[in-house]
Amino acid sequence: MHDLIDSVFIGKFDNKILRRKDDSAVFNVGKKRIAFTTDSYVVNPIFFPGGDIGSLAIYGTVNDLSVCGARPLAISLGLIIEEGLDRNVLEKIAASIADAAKRSGVDIVTGDTKVVEKGSCDKIFINTSGIGEVYYGGLSLERIKSGDVVIVSGSVGKHAVSVLSKREGMEFRTKTKSDSAPLNGLIFNILKVSNKVRFMRDPTRGGLATTLNEIVEGRNFGISVDEKDVPVSGGVREACEMLGFDPLYMACEGRAIVIAAKEDAKNILNAMRRNKKGRIAAVIGQITKEHKGRVILNTRAGGKRSLDMLAGEQLPRIC
Amino acid sequence: MKYVDEFRDRKIIDKLASEIREAVDPGRQYNIMEVCGTHTMNVFRFGLRSLLTPNINLISGPGCPVCVTPNEYLDKAIWLAGRNDIIIATFGDMFRVPGSYSSLEKEKVKGNAIKMVYSTTDALALARKNPRQEVVFLGIGFETTIPTVAQSIIAAKREGIKNYSVLCGHKTMPAALKAIAEDKKIRVDGFLLPGHVSAVIGAAPYVFLAKKYCKRCVITGFEPADILQAILMVVRQKTPRVEIQYTRIIAGSGNFLARKSIERVFKKSAAEWRGMGKIKDSGLEIRPEFKDYDADVKFKPKPKKARENKACICGDVIKGVKKPADCKLFGKICNPISPVGSCMVSSEGTCSAYYKYSYKL
Repeated sequence: MHDLIDSVFIGKFDNKILRRKDDSAVFNVGKKRIAFTTDSYVVNPIFFPGGDIGSLAIYGTVNDLSVCGARPLAISLGLIIEEGLDRNVLEKIAASIADAAKRSGVDIVTGDTKVVEKGSCDKIFINTSGIGEVYYGGLSLERIKSGDVVIVSGSVGKHAVSVLSKREGMEFRTKTKSDSAPLNGLIFNILKVSNKVRFMRDPTRGGLATTLNEIVEGRNFGISVDEKDVPVSGGVREACEMLGFDPLYMACEGRAIVIAAKEDAKNILNAMRRNKKGRIAAVIGQITKEHKGRVILNTRAGGKRSLDMLAGEQLPRIC
Repeated sequence: MKYVDEFRDRKIIDKLASEIREAVDPGRQYNIMEVCGTHTMNVFRFGLRSLLTPNINLISGPGCPVCVTPNEYLDKAIWLAGRNDIIIATFGDMFRVPGSYSSLEKEKVKGNAIKMVYSTTDALALARKNPRQEVVFLGIGFETTIPTVAQSIIAAKREGIKNYSVLCGHKTMPAALKAIAEDKKIRVDGFLLPGHVSAVIGAAPYVFLAKKYCKRCVITGFEPADILQAILMVVRQKTPRVEIQYTRIIAGSGNFLARKSIERVFKKSAAEWRGMGKIKDSGLEIRPEFKDYDADVKFKPKPKKARENKACICGDVIKGVKKPADCKLFGKICNPISPVGSCMVSSEGTCSAYYKYSYKL
């Protein structure tokens, strides 16, 4: 996917803002600093434990704005609906969208609906775009320094396991609900207590490991992660052990990775833990001068290995 | 998680690592083959090599079922997938494996019916749900997986399900290990034997490795502490014999019922191993009494003649003669997204493990 974006698109549309490849584009409109982002949602199944495609589409865009230090203001909603989709299903999704927008404190201010022939899309696809007002300037990869800490706001991989177990009809002993949630409140709390937050991302597709790799790519620093400190819930571990997956590559939809100066780590953690969505926030690693451009994992067993970008999807194994 | 956390406990692992350091004779090299793909994967995943002394050389063995499956088998599966009346049911790892001309993944994009399943129960359910189509299950795997496939055939026969069959590519472990023990190019001092295969076949089928070929053998579990303890046992073994490290799972005699169901449905045959060639008595074929469930008999797939990429050295990698980095294709043309050889495809393949986890600075 990353190669595809770089080789097909970035070159052709090349401009300063796009080249930064941030979760949102941040630029000035008059004197105001604005964040602008878009994302499309094609999840199968459309309802899963802990969420559905509607709430996901709102939270995803809210989160992309929030991690850029912006207060989400307005969202657009584009729906592509497969002919014959049950009206009740649509009602349920619309209600979920409305509820998610309310919970995130944003308005849906414009939209578009298209119905396509049966088979041309899978039930429903949603696109949302959002704009936000930047209230915390200076979040940037360039500000990251060696010695900074890497914090994750909660346990990783729940969204992927929730969707997977629903899609494949798999029953695990511990039911896992998606972590899908809006992060604007949590991030506001973080940015209130520290002016040394360097950079934030919400790890979605490809999980924690992929996002960390995106952060170090082509940079003159590396990241070292302590496996034992990464929060992983029992249900996610169980599912991953069973299927041969690595939780560090499992998608999240309501988690933030925060990179900040070490001296502020304690304040930030305290602020996060006061919020329900950050109760088990933890420092999981640090920025290093060594192994530039790479993520290194100190394994639970005391070994070391590289934690690379995931190539392709994880496939369940035979035995 | 019980039975997992205890075996990943840092204190225990540190202790085992230091015991290994004390037990090794610094003047000699220990070539130890971890036979199973899950061993290989966990050695990398937990960074265990970085805990061992440099004179312990871990060699990844032939125990990744996908990796040892020859192109010819995949070509047959792809040929079957091309028929409108057939749904292929397969475990996930087979999905991206390239055959001579295509892969199941590419065939699926073309619109052919290929479904990923998690068990033979899923495959049978698929057959019940689609009575007008044939569900062909890709039977790949060793003694760990084979009993479940045997049971699916027995169940299909009992229930009178007529649209289910298995494309049999199953292989058995001991004969392959014999081939490795006899190969002069491969210098192995000891084997970490596959825990779950042994849960079925027991310890007896390996005794010849110790007695005739003087190999130190330890039946090994899959967690980091299991693997390190087994390495310690290999290092300490004075007279070659078969020991069991994985005692929480393995009774010496294995699982009688599982073996019975294998014997009921399958019989021994020669099998083609990717990179190792044909090995006598190392494979299984479906017995004539179950021929209605044998996709080879039922559909007689006739794909074009199989071909291999000549530059790919998967064969030597599987045998442990060469390392992935010795391959010209490794990491350049061959990577997990577009794998050339099977060792790159399976998450348990040696090349994939090196690609994903190797600690290069």
